[in-house]
Amino acid sequence: MRVLLYIASALAVMSLAFWAYRENYATQQALRDRNALDAQIDALQDALAVQRAEWAYLNRPDRLRELVTLNYDALGLLPLEPSQLGSTAEVAYPAPPVLGGNGLDITNPVDVIGQQEDPL
Amino acid sequence: MTRSPLRPLARILQARAKGENPDGIERENLRLRNDKTRDRERTRAQVRLSMLSVSFIGLFATIGVQMGSLAASVPVEPGRKGAGIEVSATRADIQDRNGRVLATNMMTHALYAHPKDMIDPAGVADQLAAIFPEMKAPDLLRRFTDGRSFLWLRRVLSPEQMQAVHEIGDPGLLFGPREMRLYPNGTLAAHVLGGAAFDRESVRTADVIGTAGIELAQDARLRDPAQAATPLTLSIDLTIQAAMEEVLGTGMIMMNAKGAAGILMDVKTGEVLALASLPTFDPNDRPNPVLPKGAEPGDSPLFNRAVQGVYELGSTFKIFAVAQALELGLVGPETMVDANAPMRWGKHKIKEWDNKNYGPLLSVTDVIAKSSNVGTAHIALMIGGVRQQAFLRALGLLDPSPIELAEAPKVKPLVPTRWPEIVTITASYGHGISSSAMNLAAGYATIANGGLKVNPTLLHGTHTQGERVMSEASAAAAVAMLRRVVTEGTASMGEVPGYAVAGKTGTAEKTRPGGGYYEDKVINTFAAIFPANDPAYVLIVTLDEPVETSGPKPRRTAGWTAVPVAAEIVRRTAPLLGLRPQVELGSLDGITAVKQ
Repeated sequence: MRVLLYIASALAVMSLAFWAYRENYATQQALRDRNALDAQIDALQDALAVQRAEWAYLNRPDRLRELVTLNYDALGLLPLEPSQLGSTAEVAYPAPPVLGGNGLDITNPVDVIGQQEDPL
Repeated sequence: MTRSPLRPLARILQARAKGENPDGIERENLRLRNDKTRDRERTRAQVRLSMLSVSFIGLFATIGVQMGSLAASVPVEPGRKGAGIEVSATRADIQDRNGRVLATNMMTHALYAHPKDMIDPAGVADQLAAIFPEMKAPDLLRRFTDGRSFLWLRRVLSPEQMQAVHEIGDPGLLFGPREMRLYPNGTLAAHVLGGAAFDRESVRTADVIGTAGIELAQDARLRDPAQAATPLTLSIDLTIQAAMEEVLGTGMIMMNAKGAAGILMDVKTGEVLALASLPTFDPNDRPNPVLPKGAEPGDSPLFNRAVQGVYELGSTFKIFAVAQALELGLVGPETMVDANAPMRWGKHKIKEWDNKNYGPLLSVTDVIAKSSNVGTAHIALMIGGVRQQAFLRALGLLDPSPIELAEAPKVKPLVPTRWPEIVTITASYGHGISSSAMNLAAGYATIANGGLKVNPTLLHGTHTQGERVMSEASAAAAVAMLRRVVTEGTASMGEVPGYAVAGKTGTAEKTRPGGGYYEDKVINTFAAIFPANDPAYVLIVTLDEPVETSGPKPRRTAGWTAVPVAAEIVRRTAPLLGLRPQVELGSLDGITAVKQ
């Protein structure tokens, strides 16, 4: 009985030692992974900052103004004018459909005038 | 261990001889033996118990100490950085009110050299001189070979230049990571942003510090690591700023001016939407601040005319005298005042522009509309110097501007130390007293804001309610008078259909360095409020030494130079500000005139 107890505890110690060993390396690996991820995040953030700066640089007003001037034929853009602001009340309703008295279509006229032939 | 017998023969024999029971001896001895055993067992149990309690106390003490230290210590992030990762962004970005980037950071590299590790100094010097135009090969070679072991070569490198230096392949050339301040919009809003430079430089890193403008004024906020991730939001609107700089630049060329400044301010909050000063510079590459001998400070492109420029602002000051007189109830808009020019005061003679005479009597509204010096002088004399000075101070015209620019606190308006009546007279029409355009904008904004003091600011969303300087009725009457200046007075070119511009022109001769005034050098200012029926924005346009040459005689009055430029700025920016053009309701004056 006592021998069995000794063997069991020895086995328990060995398995715990193995578990601790494995856990130690798993922790170190997790730390390495995290550092790599941090580095990646930093690199991506730096890249994002560069992208943002580049976006701002490419959209700077001087450049847009030049591009608008160069592409005037295609775009026809001009600075915003006060006259371009209006109210919805100024927008006209669509014209009503043109119909005859009984709902007949009168947009397609038929020539009903007869032509008298020369009797002679 | 020797066991003592329970029934020692000697004692039993003795007891038997005496006729006693020998069992008594046995029991006696058994009792003694049991006592001894009990004592031994007790000691052992005590030792065990004390050992157990010591180990438990030790265990709980360990846990307690650990918990205590966890609770008491400041939580620290475990070393997040692995080896070989550069410093992260330390200076906060700057953005405009709509979130567009005005200033940001970029990773770049500095170039330095260890000449003692260099294999071929002469070759390196030649190749570096080929890459960087500002370096000279003989100069570099001399510095590489004079025995020093460390040498800075360049503060920042573009990626292409870095690659080119890599391709030289000399072990003596090394790179240090650098965080560079970048202004992607170039010269836009340069005077607001100012600029940044490297402070303490080391091979590993360098601090970026602000050198001027908001970069210096808000340096502590921008460098605060806790707020590095939140950009600083300015009240500037990039689109409006661009439109204003474009129109102002064109206007400056058309009016042959050597400089120009413009401020657009929201009158409700005091937020500055656009602040331009021309000529301008590129904050990415700040020019040398040292000026050639004999040059005015205003000749430097770094000079912020809108904030640093302290000029006599001329007739734009007249509205302050009139508004105060209205506030004190001394006059009403239609009160007739003495405007008989020239006016004599002691040895001084007060004249109108071009020696005109608007007198003998002129209504207060016409004093403003026609810009009568004499009329304003009489109104100022009614107010008196003490009250006038207090009013101008309440409007902030006699103190440095509170705007968040590093230059602003150093700019003190030039105010006479003594305030005799002649100063009261000249100050009422803006002579003998100098202030900055920013102060003027704040003063006009206070009138436009219904008399509540406006504190100019460049930071978005930091509005504070100012105290009341004048009543709403006086402020509205003053705005109505300013509207008359545009509809029938000196600023008729300032009319923008739909936007009811109100404003006042100011033409001031520049002072000579030796004293006196230049005949042909003027500062023209137009201070405008729009729309007049519901004031929302104040616009100040200042032109330095403009001259309009389309007529037979060169014209130098603000009505011919600053006003058309300001009108164009209003026409361009008002739609961008979301203001709809409105049909102005005709005043009742016209109807009564017909009736009479």
